[in-house]
Parts: sequence; C-alpha cells; structure tokens
Amino acid sequence: MWQALYAEVGGRDFVVLAVAMDARPEAPRRWIEAAQPTYPCLIDRDHALADLYHMVNVPQAVWIDEGGRIVRPTETAGAYEGFRWRDRSSGKMPDDIARTTAESKRTYVAAVRDWALKGAASAHAFAAAAARAHLPPVTEEIARAHAHFRLGLYLLRGTPSAPRRQDAERLLAEAIRLHPDSWAMWRQRAEPNEQGLAANPEFWARVEALGARKYYPAVDMQGMPR
Amino acid sequence: MVTILQGDRETTLPGGSGADDQLWLPAEALQAAIGWRLRPEGLCQGDACVPIPAGRQADFLRPGQVNAAALWRHLGHPAVHDRAGEVWLLGLGAGERAARMASLQAPDFTLPDLAGRPHRLSDYRGRRVLLVSWASW
Repeated sequence: MWQALYAEVGGRDFVVLAVAMDARPEAPRRWIEAAQPTYPCLIDRDHALADLYHMVNVPQAVWIDEGGRIVRPTETAGAYEGFRWRDRSSGKMPDDIARTTAESKRTYVAAVRDWALKGAASAHAFAAAAARAHLPPVTEEIARAHAHFRLGLYLLRGTPSAPRRQDAERLLAEAIRLHPDSWAMWRQRAEPNEQGLAANPEFWARVEALGARKYYPAVDMQGMPR
Repeated sequence: MVTILQGDRETTLPGGSGADDQLWLPAEALQAAIGWRLRPEGLCQGDACVPIPAGRQADFLRPGQVNAAALWRHLGHPAVHDRAGEVWLLGLGAGERAARMASLQAPDFTLPDLAGRPHRLSDYRGRRVLLVSWASW
C-alpha cells in the first residue's frame, strides 16, 4: 500500500516503517517477500506496537516528526468501516461503500504525501495541543489487557506443554474480555475459518455489538469521508 | 525461580518465588530485576522513594525479601502471572500510559526485520516517520 508513495517521497527526510503485528512470523514473511517493499518491514510478534501506541486494529498509523515527537497520534490509516455493509455470504461491498473506502484511502495517502514533503508546514500535522486532543483512550482495563495479552503470547512461544498452552489461552481470553475494542488481540488468537478471519460469525457478532457506534473514531483530516 | 517480563527486559531470578499472587525477590536482586531498591526511606527508583504504606509492612517486606507485586500494584500498575507463579509480567498502568502519551514523545522500540536485523525507532531521528501497523491475520 505504501510502496508507490515511498518510492516517490521516501528517503533522507521521510521513511515508512511498516510493522507486522504477528505472533507467527512465517505469515508476514510470505507477504513481504512477494511485495518486496524498499522501506523497512519489521516483525512484532509481541504486538509491542499496539501496547506502546494503543492501537486496536490494522492498519493504524502514527506520524512522528524529525525530533521524535508525535504529530498525529494513532488513527486508522485510511481504512473505512466498509465491513459493516459487506454482503455476509459473497463478501461483496456495495458500490457506494467501495467508493467511500477508496476515497478514504486516497485522502489519507495524499495527506501523508503532503506531510512527507512539507513537514510541520503541512496542514495535516497537528500542533501539540491538537495532537493531545486526538490521543487514543486508555483505561485500567486496557492497561490490564495489554499485560495479559503479552504474557499469554510469551507462554505460547516454542512448543508449550498442554497446561502451559491452556494457561496462555486463559490469559489471552482475559485480555480480549478486558479490551473488546482491540480486534488485533481477538484476531491474533482466533482461528481462521474457510472464509478467513474477517468473515466468521464471531466477527459479525462484534460488528453487531457496535450498534450505531463507529468502530474507528472519525479521522480528523480535511476531505476525509465521515 | 521466577522469570520477570518488564518493558523489553526479561530477567530470570533463581532466588525469587511467585506463588500465591505474591512476587518475593531477594532485596539485593531487586534493582537488577525491576530497577527499584530497598532503602531506609522505602522503595526507591533513583532518588524517588515510595514509603511502605502504614500497616502493610508484612505485605511488602520479609527478611531479605521484597514483594515486587505489592510494590507494582501500589504504584498503579498491573502485575500478572501464569498459574504456577513462575512467569510474571509487570505492566504499565493507565495513569502512566496517559502521562507518557501526553508527553507526545514517540515511545522507542527495537524490532527485527525479516533478516533478523534490529531497527530502533530512534535511529530514524532526523526523518519524518510514518509508523504503520499491518498483519497477515
């Protein structure tokens, strides 16, 4: 998704760091070897990025300036909640939703490009007060969820004994219970069915549980579809 | 014996014991394991000290040992362990997380690429960084 942009504006002033949050590193390996991006692709088997930056799904992104300061905190990187309208048997997206999805992505990539070229002068880079106003929520439940999740993944390393695996599953389930908005935690643990992870009944139960609430808070960016 | 995970540190302490939801560590190993020390004024990280709460001496201290779980929870952080109490995760509480986020300083990390070569976020200082997550799942 980022290669064209990186080829155009990446280099001395701007870099893309793509982080695969995947407890099973063989899975991202296939994608990276097929796409061969020229920017660094990192493997994050512990979901450390979600823990440090309070991400809840992929793709989410953070903009970090030359001095290591966050100028756009964690937000969805151009994804639109099109999944709500997808046909549950065919997986097909209605045309208008598909257009909005494409428009969201285009708007986001154009904003990244603008910032890559202009830095702080870009209208899309937040000043400190605005950046603070856009920080993702954090609660004690979320803090506890990250602790349970990381320990659960640690216990699954290597070839765990049956009791150790069971113990890990208990911790991961507790993490998912404590942080229901983290679809990253749930999707990492769920076993894919023949339609893939994003289409199983558990997924639809999560979508229905949202009700009218948006999963992703609206991305505060000029031109972004709401 | 206990293994303690904290931040990106993993420490195994032969002299520790983690049963009954308590994490007793040898006082002299506390600093190396979790960065805190037992001093006359209480438990200290650098020059910042937390007095042992009144009436809770026995929860925190026994001869030559400190209950790191009691300290951690007293600080408002989660302390989670496996059933056997052999592996502990000392996490970060919501207050500390919010304070770190409000600083707007991008939390540093080191992660490997496919070749196993480590990349540290702060090595990219001087460039604008789009830090983006993805996954195969």
